[in-house]
Amino acid sequence: MPFFQRTLPLIVAFLAGIIGIFTYYIPVAHTVEVETSTWYRIIAAFAMFLGIHSLLHMHWYRIRRQQAGWGYSLITYAGFTVAIILAIYNNGQGFLSPMATGTGLDLNWMYVNIHVAGGATMFSLLAFFIASAAYRTFRARSTEAVILLLAAIFVMLGRVPIGAYLSDFVPEFAQWLMDVPNLAARRGILLGVSLGAIATALRIIFGIERSYLGEEGN
Amino acid sequence: MYSVLCMLALVTFTAEARGVPRLEKVEAFDTPNDRGGSITLTWPVRSDLPKGTPFQIRIAESRVGPFHTVAEFASSEPELLSSDPATFGHTEQNNSRQFHHISSYSPVKDATVSLENEMTYYLRVDIEGEPSEIIEARAYPNYFDWSKLNNLILGSLFSAAILGYIGLARRRDLTIRRLPGLEALDEALGRATEMGKPVLFIHGLHDMGSPSTIAAVNILGQVAKRTAEYDTLLKVGNRDPIVMSVSQEVVKEACIEAGRPDAYNSDNIFMAAADQFSYAAALEGMMVREKPAANLLIGYFYAESLLLAETGSATGAIQIAATDAYTQLPFFVTTCDYTLMGEELYAASAYLSRDPKLMGSLKGQDLGKGIFIIVLLLGTLMSTAGISWLTHIFTSY
Repeated sequence: MPFFQRTLPLIVAFLAGIIGIFTYYIPVAHTVEVETSTWYRIIAAFAMFLGIHSLLHMHWYRIRRQQAGWGYSLITYAGFTVAIILAIYNNGQGFLSPMATGTGLDLNWMYVNIHVAGGATMFSLLAFFIASAAYRTFRARSTEAVILLLAAIFVMLGRVPIGAYLSDFVPEFAQWLMDVPNLAARRGILLGVSLGAIATALRIIFGIERSYLGEEGN
Repeated sequence: MYSVLCMLALVTFTAEARGVPRLEKVEAFDTPNDRGGSITLTWPVRSDLPKGTPFQIRIAESRVGPFHTVAEFASSEPELLSSDPATFGHTEQNNSRQFHHISSYSPVKDATVSLENEMTYYLRVDIEGEPSEIIEARAYPNYFDWSKLNNLILGSLFSAAILGYIGLARRRDLTIRRLPGLEALDEALGRATEMGKPVLFIHGLHDMGSPSTIAAVNILGQVAKRTAEYDTLLKVGNRDPIVMSVSQEVVKEACIEAGRPDAYNSDNIFMAAADQFSYAAALEGMMVREKPAANLLIGYFYAESLLLAETGSATGAIQIAATDAYTQLPFFVTTCDYTLMGEELYAASAYLSRDPKLMGSLKGQDLGKGIFIIVLLLGTLMSTAGISWLTHIFTSY
């Protein structure tokens, strides 16, 4: 087993896990926690270069091979280039000055007027996706689907004024559905998740789980 | 010195003339379970005072002052000790005292001084200008957070159970329940192989610090090994560059493990986008254009879950989702063929590897769940009967 590929990552995982556990219980070790999170941010900053390289390389490959949708890859390159130019220009102040506020030609302007708008458009698509998913799910083909459909009708009606207009019972029942059965299921899931996360953490700390190193656990 | 004494005498005389009795039994001590720099002041509830009577907490670095105001409030405003059981525990007397944590004060306007560890501070509580006795206290950094003792004990017991089961699994075979979603994984990968189309693995939005991403990466290792064996193209869309780097290594090692190092291409484990909806848009575009035969949505998801899963469903891909994001589970259940819920995400890697030691940890998880179910039932019954010690044992701070 090569030391740098296997043993060292296992030692690092063990130490990082043990330190993480102990800083949770030892208040004076808070500085260690702050320090390690700083390390993480530094590593993340370097990793961002890898991410940018991956992004540009993948899209360059698609443009070169003229794969389906390669025009979108051109737009990616154009967006990347314009963003860098605006960040450097920074509304005439240069990239060494603090980032401009978006009132002129700067990165904030691009962010607010293109990125945020695009994100909002994607988010708004959710309404249509929910409608199509709901249509498929709420076709009452089984007992479970009927229960789901009824619960959904009550919760949706309970959240809009017409529900209370029909009967005071509707919003109260909708709230009860959220506070009792829904919350109970949610907490059940959370308990299972917590146990699963602890078990996974233990498997990694003690080197039993090595799938993240690309090998089986033996 | 003489003038200070005269001032104190004058203040005392004035307050007594108004008939406001001074605050007695004020206590100050280092705030427990913290990393220092904080003193806690407690005093008995004064129900005899009219509502809104002004209180002032004052602090000084010397017994003779000058005293600086730390906080001002009406007598009813400070919380009771019972509202902070992590610091004061659970006792009947906690309903009869109020408290205030002090970590800084302003000696002059617009300047804040933080309390220093192991330095003596002098404190008093004034009611309408009537000072309490002056008490001294020091702040210390604490070496153990006693409010988390229950957490440590329960966590240690649970860890011991898991490690015990792992030891047991080395000696004899353990059976665990079926997970249909994971049984279907081979079916999904086989379908992709037959169709000659790629498998798309999507990590979700969290970074490498999240347990769900670590679990997703563990599953990726198993998936990559199988796709390498089947000679099927595996594409992994990432949002976080660190997750991308780790995924590249995992897939590379899995290909080598499968005896197919040539199957690895770093371009297939790519950075899709760093932003939530750009990430969703990039992967949706890929789904529509390349029509992967199988989409594996494994990790922690937010609002993009339905965008991705519904697009994948429309392209006719077989979809397996695994997440501990309970708010997104309904979307996956409605749009995916199989959904692994909650802890099944963490069980998946062990389940797929069939390694006895990993299977042992699943047994430990099941034991923990069994104990929790018993505790929940007992706790509900005891709380209904007005007995709360079991609830306190399992309360996290």
